[in-house]
Amino acid sequence: MLRKRSYFDSKRLPYLLILPQILVTVTFFYWPAVQGLAQSFMLSDPFGLHSRFVLFDNYIRLFKDPLYLRSIVITLTFSASTAALAITTGLFLATLANRILRFKNIIRTFLIWPYAVAPAISGILWLFLLHPSFGVVAIAVKKYLGVDWNPVLRGSDAMVMVILASAWKQVSYNFVFFMAGMQAIPKSLIEAAAMDGAGPFRRFWTITLPLLSPTLFFVTVMNIIFSFFETFGIIHTVTQGGPGGATNILVYKVYQDGFIGLNLGSSSAQSILLMALIITITLLQFKYVEKKVQYTG
Amino acid sequence: MKGRKWFPVIAASIVATFWAAQAMAAVEVQWWHAMRGSRGEVVDTIVKAFNDSQSDYKVNAVYKGEYDEVVNAGVAAVRAGKQPHILQSFEVGTQTMMLSGAVYPVYQLMKDKGYDIDWKAYLQPVLSYYMDKDGNLMSMPFNSSTPVMYYNVDLFKKAGIDAPLSKTDPVTWDQMGEMTKKLVDSGVPGGMVTAWQSWTQVENYCAMHDLPFASKANGYEGLDTELLINNPKQVNHIARLKSWMDDNRFFYGGQKYQGPKSEFIAQNAGIYIDSISGIAKLKDAVKDFKWDVAPLPVEAWMEKPQNSIIGGASLWVFKGHSDKEYEGVAAFMNHLARPDMQILWHKETGYFPITIGAYEQLKEEGYYKEDPYQEVGIQQLTRREPTKNSRGLRLGYFVQIRNIINEELELVWNGSKTPQEALDAAVARSNKKLREFESIYKQ
Repeated sequence: MLRKRSYFDSKRLPYLLILPQILVTVTFFYWPAVQGLAQSFMLSDPFGLHSRFVLFDNYIRLFKDPLYLRSIVITLTFSASTAALAITTGLFLATLANRILRFKNIIRTFLIWPYAVAPAISGILWLFLLHPSFGVVAIAVKKYLGVDWNPVLRGSDAMVMVILASAWKQVSYNFVFFMAGMQAIPKSLIEAAAMDGAGPFRRFWTITLPLLSPTLFFVTVMNIIFSFFETFGIIHTVTQGGPGGATNILVYKVYQDGFIGLNLGSSSAQSILLMALIITITLLQFKYVEKKVQYTG
Repeated sequence: MKGRKWFPVIAASIVATFWAAQAMAAVEVQWWHAMRGSRGEVVDTIVKAFNDSQSDYKVNAVYKGEYDEVVNAGVAAVRAGKQPHILQSFEVGTQTMMLSGAVYPVYQLMKDKGYDIDWKAYLQPVLSYYMDKDGNLMSMPFNSSTPVMYYNVDLFKKAGIDAPLSKTDPVTWDQMGEMTKKLVDSGVPGGMVTAWQSWTQVENYCAMHDLPFASKANGYEGLDTELLINNPKQVNHIARLKSWMDDNRFFYGGQKYQGPKSEFIAQNAGIYIDSISGIAKLKDAVKDFKWDVAPLPVEAWMEKPQNSIIGGASLWVFKGHSDKEYEGVAAFMNHLARPDMQILWHKETGYFPITIGAYEQLKEEGYYKEDPYQEVGIQQLTRREPTKNSRGLRLGYFVQIRNIINEELELVWNGSKTPQEALDAAVARSNKKLREFESIYKQ
């Protein structure tokens, strides 16, 4: 019998080795999360000198608040639209870029650039384009097309604006993954299909897309999480949740109530609910959507 | 070894140096503030003047970000037991700071440290915002402003409106209706815009017309206060603005100042309501037309309009420091109130001087003859003794309440709600917040 040489007898060593990682996770994730959870059952002043344990009051108040429920609907609409727009555009661009023969690398690099832009900056850029008072595109659209574009006043316009700004940023991310996914698809499959007479569109639907499905699934999950959380900067710079709360997504409301409004109890309860919501959505995606994914090529 | 021999000597001299430095060093006073750019430079000048004037104390002023960031830094510091001596907090946070139990009231501090201050020599409408119900000053007013009305003189002349308007007597809202009509008729895209709508069109509207914004003397006399802004007069004002939207006499440019300001600069609106501290920005930005400043409009039925209320921030002193350090804090507060410092602050930033002495001195120097814009705000602010309705607002979760008012007004502007519905909803939603706030302190 062969004995493995590299066998450590110590029971403690493995724990010691993973200790740094555990410490980091506990300090920066579990500790604040537990504090948030505790805070969500309390009503307290920001300085923490007066606090009262109120059990589920903060949660009950949220569920009784029609505006909170509205914020959930707004968040779901916003994330679904942002993800859909960013994924379809990313996929479309990747398909086209994959077919280009010249300047391939340059074009790809340009398409990846927006990902390096911070969400807040992306928001400001789009604001300079679409703000009704000083936005270049907005003024042109109003003047030449006669469209009454006013995201400062109209909720639906504001929603369109933040979706555009968020999706634009995410398109590059998706593009990179789709591009990589497409490179992994064997050329021979596509060539065979072409010889059998399948047009480009048919080849895309029956070969490229199914083979891309793991990438597509991954990108969808990431996009939803992105639009739930990282779009904060865009909302903050573009609409601050307005007008009339029309773009007040959950993560922005947590910030508004907690950081600005100093209502820590309610804000913590909202964070916990937000966490629960995103966990649920991700689990549902894994349970139902992942079944349709083909991992082997 | 050669090095060994010298080690004790070096060590001893290092220790001695530190010890000497410790003994000689001035007592440090930390001040966290939210003034950046040119305002931050004025803060540094004021601090430097203090540090150079004596050697016992050294104030260390640190920019900690925007108002909300400074407050949050203060909150975190108090929780960690590392609070600064002085924290600048915005006016809407007054109630939270006052009730926190973490602050050392300024009137008490000055009294304990032997400063006999005649608070009557200060501008009362500024102090009153930061006083408790018995008239004790809780925090030191620092940067205070009030809303005024800017108008485009060239567009006014083109539209056949008599300009300039009086700098002391406000126009009526009826006259505003006529003026904005003439502006629009003369081809200007819009009549008026307003920045900070909750502050200028609701909070100040209530104050100037002596209407209660909230019960219990605007919250000064009890946490069981309720909003009262759905009164017929306020509703009527909002309904009038809404009706002006139909013929572009009024249009909405956003909650903050950027949108409305750019509409005014682009000459899309002839009248622009914003804080008096906007003067400097307009001076920089407007090159191609002449503009002027007038007091905010009032209703024709209000014969003696009340003072407007302030916005801005004040300086809070935190508990938990040594006596010696508090002496430094008190000396610095005293320094801030000196006429020369107040005059410097006012001239450089446009924020109000807080003492009557400084104001009188500026008048004598002829400063307002040179710069007549600046005086409009002070005169509007000081034209009457503040009443219970016009001395300020003392509400818990005020930031969120302002947010609610902003949201509901936007729903009026975009036609989703009638003015009555929106203000009723604003009151109902705010009252919930007020009850929640009250229950924190009701043990």
